[in-house]
Amino acid sequence: MIFDFSNYEQLLPLVTNSLIVGVALAIVGGLVGVFVINRDMSFAVHGISELSFAGASVTLLLGGNVVFGSVIGSLIAALVIGVLGSRARERNSITAVLMPFGLGLGILALSLYQGRASNKFGLLTGQIVAVDDPQLIGILSISAIVVAVLLFIWRPLTFASLDAEVASARGVPVRSLSVIFMVLLGLAVAESIQVVGALLVLSLLVTPAASAVRVSRSPFVIPLLSVGFALVAVVGGILLALGSSLPISPYVTTISFAIYLVCRGVEWVKNR
Amino acid sequence: MTKPVLSVVDAKLEVDGRVLWEGLNLEVQPNEFIAVLGANGSGKTSLLKAILGQMPLSAGEIRLIGKKVSRGSRKIGYVPQHRQPETTMPLRAKDLLWLGLNGDRFGFWFPKPGAKKQFEHILDAIDGRRLQNRPISELSGGELQRFRVGQAVIDEPDLILADEPLSALDYSQQAAVAELLSRESREHGAAVLFVTHDVNPVLSMVDRVLYLAGGSFRIGTPDEVLTSETLSELYGTAIDVVRNQGRIVVLGAHDDHAHHHDEEWA
Repeated sequence: MIFDFSNYEQLLPLVTNSLIVGVALAIVGGLVGVFVINRDMSFAVHGISELSFAGASVTLLLGGNVVFGSVIGSLIAALVIGVLGSRARERNSITAVLMPFGLGLGILALSLYQGRASNKFGLLTGQIVAVDDPQLIGILSISAIVVAVLLFIWRPLTFASLDAEVASARGVPVRSLSVIFMVLLGLAVAESIQVVGALLVLSLLVTPAASAVRVSRSPFVIPLLSVGFALVAVVGGILLALGSSLPISPYVTTISFAIYLVCRGVEWVKNR
Repeated sequence: MTKPVLSVVDAKLEVDGRVLWEGLNLEVQPNEFIAVLGANGSGKTSLLKAILGQMPLSAGEIRLIGKKVSRGSRKIGYVPQHRQPETTMPLRAKDLLWLGLNGDRFGFWFPKPGAKKQFEHILDAIDGRRLQNRPISELSGGELQRFRVGQAVIDEPDLILADEPLSALDYSQQAAVAELLSRESREHGAAVLFVTHDVNPVLSMVDRVLYLAGGSFRIGTPDEVLTSETLSELYGTAIDVVRNQGRIVVLGAHDDHAHHHDEEWA
């Protein structure tokens, strides 16, 4: 039996921390995703997440803080891709080179790891393990920083993403913004891995925003929709997973994908 | 004489050992419309990049309203060459105008009292009311360039730089966009540096011409510069300037009009 909601009230307090983290991640993912779409960086997100996975695996092996490890891995990947791949074409090949390396490194670390097997699998495909308080504080602080910085640079970043030539003529520091955004993206990826796992990060950082741009063209409505979609997917996924024996990630990815299909449908009806 | 908007003093630009131009002196006054002409690779776009501080001069200096240029400026409006936006960005035509007004501001931006009025004014000037809510990906070349001119002038800059803004437009669109740029810049006393390979669409608006060729240059009114004698001297080879029904055609300068690309931006 997949679902069993009979003792839901007892279970719910156990995932309070996970839910808080889920809300934070949805806000971060929904907002960062808007620029992932604008800047055409979906593939780079995937590459960053594999290196983030490597970082997490290595720290798991060494007995360190997994969140810290995934942040380090993410940031290295984000900066390498950001500095070497300022153009889309170069970026794709650099991402493709980094990705298998990160995945291989992660698998090496995990195969040497002697601890609980579910920890290993969780990094790749997500986990619903109770998030402890120190972890919660870590993730919330990172989220707050990412959201604050992103809102601060939102308009110039939009300008630079649309037309770097014109933006830089107006004095917008296009290159610095691009590096700052890569750092924010790296942090967002590292956080998301804690919930949906390295392989499924795209469902949080790309799908909600990709859905939102299907149904709106307003620069104000899109970020709100994107965050809303991410919230439904993450919180819905956690609540559904609670009543079942399956991990959280299939629920998150399925809800996320369903929203995308609905948005495409809405777009199709509108344009008919 | 009023204070120049832009002064280029003894400027020299050398790229990979090749001198694009040297000894370049140019003072641009408010309200002046200057066409920058020359063959491919003569350094027209590089001049704009030098003014934007994106390309360091080999010698000399460039001043914008008395201050040495840095990387871009709020006092500059910029109209790029027409191309469809690379990204699939979900923006509407009117967002282009707003970005011209506040796209360089960080943090939360509270509209200045006149901002909305200014937006409406420019929207009317570029005849963009009907198009304002269209996604930019659905605008035609001429429509997009009209909004780009609006974006460049909306913050009332002192200097407008335009890099081949008419290329890839048909003749009637060229005339409309050029006329719009000239009218809007003069309204605020802005000076215009207009890089183009074809002077004809802007001939009636041009005050002076800067013609770059073979590491050298000529500055003057169109009648002074665009003559067979001046250009032959500049190129060091026989050039024919033909005037026919108000249009000017430069023959023999190896400027391949039909396949014009500016490699520097590619």
